[in-house]
Amino acid sequence: MLIRKPADIRPSEITSKENYLTRRDFIRAGSIAGALAAAGPAVSAVVPAKRRAMLEGIGASNFSTAEAPNSYTDVTTYNNYYEFGTGKGDPHVYAEDFNPRPWKITVEGHAEKTGTFDFDDFIKPFDLEERIYRMRCVEAWSMVIPWVGISLAEVIKYLQPTSKAKYVAFQTLHDPVRMVGQRRRSIDWPYREGLTIAEATNPLAILAVGIFGEVLPNQNGAPIRLVVPWKYGFKGIKGIVRMRFTERRPKTSWNMDQPREYGFYANVNPEVDHPRWSQARERRIGASIFASKQPTLMFNGYGEQVAHLYDGLNLRKNF
Amino acid sequence: MDTLRQVRLIWKPFALLLCLAPALLLVSDAFEITGTLGANPIESILDRFGNWGIRFIMITLAVTPLRRVTGWNWLTRFRRMFGLFTFFYILMHFLTYLILDQGLLLAAIIEDIVERPFITIGFTAFLLLLAMAMTSTNGMRRRMGRRWQQLHYAAYAVGILGVWHYWWQVKKDTSDAKIYAIILAVLLGFRLWHYWRQRRKRS
Repeated sequence: MLIRKPADIRPSEITSKENYLTRRDFIRAGSIAGALAAAGPAVSAVVPAKRRAMLEGIGASNFSTAEAPNSYTDVTTYNNYYEFGTGKGDPHVYAEDFNPRPWKITVEGHAEKTGTFDFDDFIKPFDLEERIYRMRCVEAWSMVIPWVGISLAEVIKYLQPTSKAKYVAFQTLHDPVRMVGQRRRSIDWPYREGLTIAEATNPLAILAVGIFGEVLPNQNGAPIRLVVPWKYGFKGIKGIVRMRFTERRPKTSWNMDQPREYGFYANVNPEVDHPRWSQARERRIGASIFASKQPTLMFNGYGEQVAHLYDGLNLRKNF
Repeated sequence: MDTLRQVRLIWKPFALLLCLAPALLLVSDAFEITGTLGANPIESILDRFGNWGIRFIMITLAVTPLRRVTGWNWLTRFRRMFGLFTFFYILMHFLTYLILDQGLLLAAIIEDIVERPFITIGFTAFLLLLAMAMTSTNGMRRRMGRRWQQLHYAAYAVGILGVWHYWWQVKKDTSDAKIYAIILAVLLGFRLWHYWRQRRKRS
């Protein structure tokens, strides 16, 4: 007689398809209810120090794409993060022992709230949201990544920049002991990036602290990094320790290195080629090896949200 | 068994297998037997074939200096095989680019070759290799006479163009390209030095 072993998961435990498909509404309703219950700005983002810990209280976003995200392996083993080596596989290997805690973020320049904040305090006033974004690298490949982050616009509102603040500049940690890639001068360390205030306060811009509902892995820029999905990936500065509100356009690392190849704006633009490769099409990581490249979209498909930021600007010159 | 027979019956087949090993390893990685090709398999295939192409042109160009230094004249017997393997790996590199990377989109390929100098350089090196591979038989060598040697001096150009192509496509970290450039400089420098010494001896 054949004795069947019961299935590990009971049918009653399986989420119905309908519930699964409406899960975002459920989460949204829950977070709104939670916010109301807490009465006021008590919606606080908490990110545990433990690796791969699940993040809680993540809200959903209408900005998320319906495209299927890349695998966790793709997102965490194919990275450009020169602080941990110049090969795509290097960060995954050399960031393994990096401990991003404790972490401090210094805010300076033209803002009311300046000073040095502990990472936990820095993110506490804000909501955690999931943002599933396309990510287009300047090297003509792309991924879909389910980020978890806080709205950069909210952060900036909170820090109260003065009228003199026209730009916000970011810097990555400079610590050659902990970041082996910095022992070589492959870049003029520390890594620097910047946005105009209008760009930084666009609702698409986030400071990511997680992926796939979990704590952000080291190789992806733990504990906190910038995500601006309408720009090439190198604008998404990782391991941020410094934010500075400036009146003049800040220096940015790749632009400093190769001004002819990388501009300050670095908006995804299929019509303006990189001098050494075409930007018209992109390879979607995770697609079949026989799949053809797909056309690159202006502003990486986020034109509706950001095109107005560049009205009257010659994007061929201001690449 | 005399040395020549030994080379032909034992060492040549052995070298052939050894030269083929990187390609076999790539295939077995593609099927995830020995490893993987990573998140961007096309880039990985392209890079690996290209890298082995450069290594093989270095190996081919190392035969003559090594023979002169050691006096092992049998090394010459392997030179054509190494040269043909250079062609094989660069052909695979080129086909990967044409088929997998560009999806045989002719307009994009022509744009690349015309507008992007590093691709123009790489394509030129490929054409030179193709010409040398097609004239690599004993029959062709006999028929072409003195012109054969002239054509096959293009191996030096392939070395230079190959390293140049590699250097230019790197985004930032040119350290590997620099290593190849140094090896190439030594291999070509040896020839210059040898030529200069022969001339001085004669006069």
